[in-house]
Amino acid sequence: MNGLNRSFKGPESYRNGSSYRLLPMKFMRFRDDRYLVTSMGGDYMFLSQTKLNDIVTHKLQQTDTLYPDLLASHLIADDSSTAHLDLLAAKYRTRHSRLPSWTALHMFVTTLRCDHSCQYCQVSRVSEDRESFDMTPAIADRAIGLMFQSPSACLKVEFQGGESLLNFDLVRYIVSEAKRRNDGRQLEFVITTNLANLTEEILSFSEEHGISFSTSLDGPAALHNANRPRPGRDSHAKTEEGIERLRQRLGKDAVSALMTTTAASLDQPERIIDEYVRMGFDSIFLRYISPYGFAVKSSARIGYETKKFVDFFKRGLAYIVDLNRRGIFVRETYTQIVLQKILMPGASGYIDLQSPAGMGISGIVYNYNGEVYSSDEGRMLAEMGDRTFRLGTVHDTYEKLFLDSPLLPMIHESMLEGVPGCTDCALQPYCGSDPVFHHRTQGDFIGHRPTSSFCERNMAIIKHILTLLEDDKETASILKSWL
Amino acid sequence: MIPLAAKFQSRPEGRSFVARLTNDKSLPSPLCDDEILVSRGDEPAPSGSYQGLIRIAGAAHSEEELILGDEFSYLDDGDIVRINEFAGELRVLYRKGSYHNVLFFTERCNSRCLMCSQPPRDVDDEYLIDDILEAIPLMSQDTKVLCITGGEPTILGWRLIEVLTAVSRYLPDSSLHMLSNGRAFAYRATAKAVSQAGCRDLMIGVPLYADIASVHNFVVQARDAFDQTIRGMMNLARFNIALEIRFVIHRQTVSRLVQTAKFIARNLPFASQVAFMGLETIGFTRSNLSVLWIDPWEYRDALREAVTMLAAAGMRVMVYNLPLCLIPEEIWPFAQQSISDWKNIYMPECAGCAMKAQCAGFFASASFKYSDHIRPFDTVSQLPSFSII
Repeated sequence: MNGLNRSFKGPESYRNGSSYRLLPMKFMRFRDDRYLVTSMGGDYMFLSQTKLNDIVTHKLQQTDTLYPDLLASHLIADDSSTAHLDLLAAKYRTRHSRLPSWTALHMFVTTLRCDHSCQYCQVSRVSEDRESFDMTPAIADRAIGLMFQSPSACLKVEFQGGESLLNFDLVRYIVSEAKRRNDGRQLEFVITTNLANLTEEILSFSEEHGISFSTSLDGPAALHNANRPRPGRDSHAKTEEGIERLRQRLGKDAVSALMTTTAASLDQPERIIDEYVRMGFDSIFLRYISPYGFAVKSSARIGYETKKFVDFFKRGLAYIVDLNRRGIFVRETYTQIVLQKILMPGASGYIDLQSPAGMGISGIVYNYNGEVYSSDEGRMLAEMGDRTFRLGTVHDTYEKLFLDSPLLPMIHESMLEGVPGCTDCALQPYCGSDPVFHHRTQGDFIGHRPTSSFCERNMAIIKHILTLLEDDKETASILKSWL
Repeated sequence: MIPLAAKFQSRPEGRSFVARLTNDKSLPSPLCDDEILVSRGDEPAPSGSYQGLIRIAGAAHSEEELILGDEFSYLDDGDIVRINEFAGELRVLYRKGSYHNVLFFTERCNSRCLMCSQPPRDVDDEYLIDDILEAIPLMSQDTKVLCITGGEPTILGWRLIEVLTAVSRYLPDSSLHMLSNGRAFAYRATAKAVSQAGCRDLMIGVPLYADIASVHNFVVQARDAFDQTIRGMMNLARFNIALEIRFVIHRQTVSRLVQTAKFIARNLPFASQVAFMGLETIGFTRSNLSVLWIDPWEYRDALREAVTMLAAAGMRVMVYNLPLCLIPEEIWPFAQQSISDWKNIYMPECAGCAMKAQCAGFFASASFKYSDHIRPFDTVSQLPSFSII
């Protein structure tokens, strides 16, 4: 090299003389001549078909500008280094680093009673006064005992319903008991509620114990009230009032909201998003309707094709990006989850897009009657008569529920590395599996990918986000700010 | 610039010793064992049981006195020097009031970086460690931070552990920042031994010059260095030792700057911080100047991309050794005043610059070669808070 002092060796002395090897890689055609290639560790590159052909047929030259990028992305390796093995192993391990801590989310169904009669409700509603649908303190005791057998350093207690606050006495009991029996875990409490029954007593108790809230908000009043009927047709007003009261007492971040997309939502993503921004939320989760509970019975009325949801999602995301461009900071939660999987090395905490599936091993449900389910969706199926995802009851031992129940075989079948259609999919590092969904819609835990709407929806969304990252610099920098 | 070494008339019969400076002319004799009395100008110097006498900027009052010029008037109570009367040398080992105290371990190194500011020499310099071990017990308990550098400190093997242990015992509240090429930590036992030395706050700064082996190995002139350094970083993480990744930007590294930032975010997210560093034009850099020099102005966009990407990935990022006028204002919040006080200067162009007080400035060696884009700011600009939108 010209100018290099003669006591130094030139760069050619450190280049590798041999040819390169291919590392495990998956590829997928995007549009035109463009292919996505992903490594085992989740690194990705977009390549032309010609380049991809050259690479896999070992024709790529070391002088090619792509060569160092392929090495650094752990798609190929040569004799200049063996560190890629350590790094790939560490990346793979990091992406699964939540597994050893096992179940962190523990859902307690305090009651099935509810004052709403939502069209898409995932559990059979019952009138408010039938206490046989309430969880008893004795059942709660057993469930708390099981929870503390989880190895997780952090335990999140989520109160579910029905309308969980209709059995507030039990909420209070579980919070106090869990705190009393706490053996050094980090405890968190979340109440899932429609907020219609928020009382001063509940507010003070939540303030005292640092409880946060999750509620439903489907959009502007007309849409929200049509989706979520209750006597008085005032669900939206009750929700808005509840959110305000919670914020005043517990702080701005103490309450989050979830929306469910129904057929009536499809033509108004902007209005739904505006409603979230108007109410002061800095994120919105554009959520697909689940085919459980009443959603199935009313599917003709409130359901829609996957393609329509994807269009709705893309239109909504574009609108949210545009709001950001105008200085209004608001994130789309599913996009944020997918972005984290694409761009960040860590393990995702989102239960419904994991491999192996998050059911049981990330979250578990203690039903009001003492039955234990691997997921909330599994519980909903049971209310429809299909008890496939029932692991046992709170009277079983922890070992029986987790090791000698239907759980492990289901988890086993949910690992994308071995799922037909996923095993060689380039999006595998960013996707997850949903055995309940596939069992419900296609008859087994694995399902048939070419006709799976789970696959269709997630492929479309993940591909859309990758395309935005690649093609639209300005949008990409906005999306990256959501990480 | 502050001089850290002085020559004086050698004394064939002389001693060699490490001692602390004091201004106290009436120190009780039992407390004088490790102390050298400093007198200034014409002040009288009492005879006592001090280890030695130094006079700054004045004529000798006695034969015993060692005379230093006015440039050493910064020396103060609590500073530590090594005096070798036989060789006629004084070296300042420690300045109590400085944040830039360096424990210089060795001149030896197992790498030979193109831009090394301290070209390695294969000499037996273990006396440096003996001096350091003597100096540590004399240092102030209030010492905030000590920097271990070389050469390559891990070359000393167990003697490195000896020093770390001494710091953890004598200066339990001080932070330690060690610069190492990280190669020795490819051995788990080395990383484990360092982690067990008991230092409360130790961070190891390890350079990574590329995301691919061939470029990194060329820059450090050692085959296998990349693999050893990567495995070393992973072992540091394994033993919970804080890691700083250091990337020196020059013409041979700049083409992989952005890619290396991405590589770090994906593969080495456990690093406590990542530092992007301007080139110091001294040592080997001068021998290789034409293949190394790039005006920082030319890489400012790449630097912005690298810094914002890592920050967005949640990593702590620093920009060292680059004046504010050469980097995009968007990444000013990451710029540090990183240049050690004793070799920190500003250029004639900096006269009247409103941002000088917040600016890293230059290495004293930079007057040899520096950017064509240095310009003073008229007004103090508010450092913007970071946002990547």
